[in-house]
Amino acid sequence: MAVAIIGAGQSKFGTRKDVNVAELAWEAVKPAMQSANVEQKDIDFMVVGTAGMWSSEAAVPALMYEYGKFEDVGSMRVEAACATGNAAIRVGYTAIESGEADVVLVLGVEKMQESPNPTVIELIGRFGSYFWEFENFGLTFPGYYALHATAYMAKYGATEEDFARVAVKNHHYGAKNPYAQFQREISLEKALNSPYVAWPFKLFDCSPITDGSAAVILASEEKVKEWGIEEKIWILGQGVGTGTANLSRRESFTSLRSAAYAAEVAYKKAGIDMDAPYKYLDGADVHDCFTAAEVIAYEDLRFAKRGEGVQLVREEQTYIGGRIPVNVDGGLKAKGHPIGATGVSQAVEAWKQLLSKAENGRQVDVKNGRYLAHNVGGTGHYSYVTIYGLEKR
Amino acid sequence: MDDLRKAAETNIKEYGFPVAIDEKSGALQWVDMRDLHLKYVISIENIQNFYEGLREGKLLATKCKKCGELFFPPQKDCPKCMDDDMEWVELKNEGVLETLTVIFVRPPSFASYDPYTVAIARLDDGVKITAWLKGDPQKVRPGQRVKVEVSKRKEGYLMYEIVPVEG
Ligand SMILES: [Zn+2]
Repeated sequence: MAVAIIGAGQSKFGTRKDVNVAELAWEAVKPAMQSANVEQKDIDFMVVGTAGMWSSEAAVPALMYEYGKFEDVGSMRVEAACATGNAAIRVGYTAIESGEADVVLVLGVEKMQESPNPTVIELIGRFGSYFWEFENFGLTFPGYYALHATAYMAKYGATEEDFARVAVKNHHYGAKNPYAQFQREISLEKALNSPYVAWPFKLFDCSPITDGSAAVILASEEKVKEWGIEEKIWILGQGVGTGTANLSRRESFTSLRSAAYAAEVAYKKAGIDMDAPYKYLDGADVHDCFTAAEVIAYEDLRFAKRGEGVQLVREEQTYIGGRIPVNVDGGLKAKGHPIGATGVSQAVEAWKQLLSKAENGRQVDVKNGRYLAHNVGGTGHYSYVTIYGLEKR
Repeated sequence: MDDLRKAAETNIKEYGFPVAIDEKSGALQWVDMRDLHLKYVISIENIQNFYEGLREGKLLATKCKKCGELFFPPQKDCPKCMDDDMEWVELKNEGVLETLTVIFVRPPSFASYDPYTVAIARLDDGVKITAWLKGDPQKVRPGQRVKVEVSKRKEGYLMYEIVPVEG
């Protein structure tokens, strides 16, 4: 049974001291339901992606059931670190694919700033392997990815300036996205002169701590026909990979094996040629929690050969008009990274891009009718690659 | 957060509730009065030998008696043989540096340390190890020969460190 996204919405990302968790979530749920033209009684199942810990409410599905006045609906909470949002989509997608449900609300929400920054840093550090990495050696989250960045620099000759260019691009597009946390451009100089967080990463190589929500309504092919839905995109394929908890158990630090595997599975399901998948896509959202992670993603997704991802950056091939536009919503870097909402927000972006609803200056040319989302949890612990399309496969 | 807590305590008297105004947005916040302290107790019952080894200055790993696979971090079970017939073996404490980073922004629980270097090295037995790197991180590069040494943390208990080998 094919599965479509028939409605999408997201909140403004950023510091949202003006709303509580339920109010923030509703900012995404309301436009998702309105654009899908569905009511509470139409929803069979509700999946909520939220990593939590830093915010006060733990039982968010029930909180939203109550706040949104849903009735007779199954629900569950899903967690997969920073890939929580795509894990939630996975649950909704498979529920429909299996015939368990017809219409599913997928919500991703995170209110990270309910806790002070030092507490959040302490909690995120534990998304590696707690005992052997955090408890003993205080590896922070930027630190985990910095271990990849320095390995990539040593192997392929990339520089801190190359990585900074990724931030410049993502801020360029974030400035055009009214839902982004940072809506201002930055200069290469400014990025390079910001203080070190975990060498070689400086402040502008790192995604921020963010509050935000995103939601999509998934429906079966049958419902799409029954309701005569015209505005929709299809989930053409999704791959899920898992990595080791300890980085020391990985073969390589210049690739995330879980992501490369997830991409292979997704391309196969979507019928996309693995030699040059970018020729089948109009754009991609990739998991740029740190700038170097975006470069490594280019290679894991086969947008470039091994070691050549950095060339895409230097030649500006991931701007609109290049080989493949990447993160033209600002990415995690400028749009913000509310952990549970990020993966769902990528689906909202695919919806906007494929239906040509993106804001001025950041709409890609829709020629192939396909968009890719790459969402990584932990340090490659969980990887999701999802391909969306205008035409059903 | 401490400022917010203070403001809330004052405001209980003035307004009757633990509330405070967020400085940047001006939005009214309820300051949670319930503290949560987390501290875990983790079993090392089945890897005691690893810590005994460190006390003698040795770095130990588990090795499956059936298939010979080495496990570091040490683990109790061999998932390949579905067996737990393991022996403890001493690792070669020399190897090659694979990657490193310097942590400038530290978690509060590591705030008493200066910026520290975390490295991953591949030991000559083939297993990899994550640990702090001793010395100037600017003087080493991936590919550099290193050794692993048992040392003492400033809290007084033992740990292991990756140390560049001169020359
Ligand atoms: Zn074995």
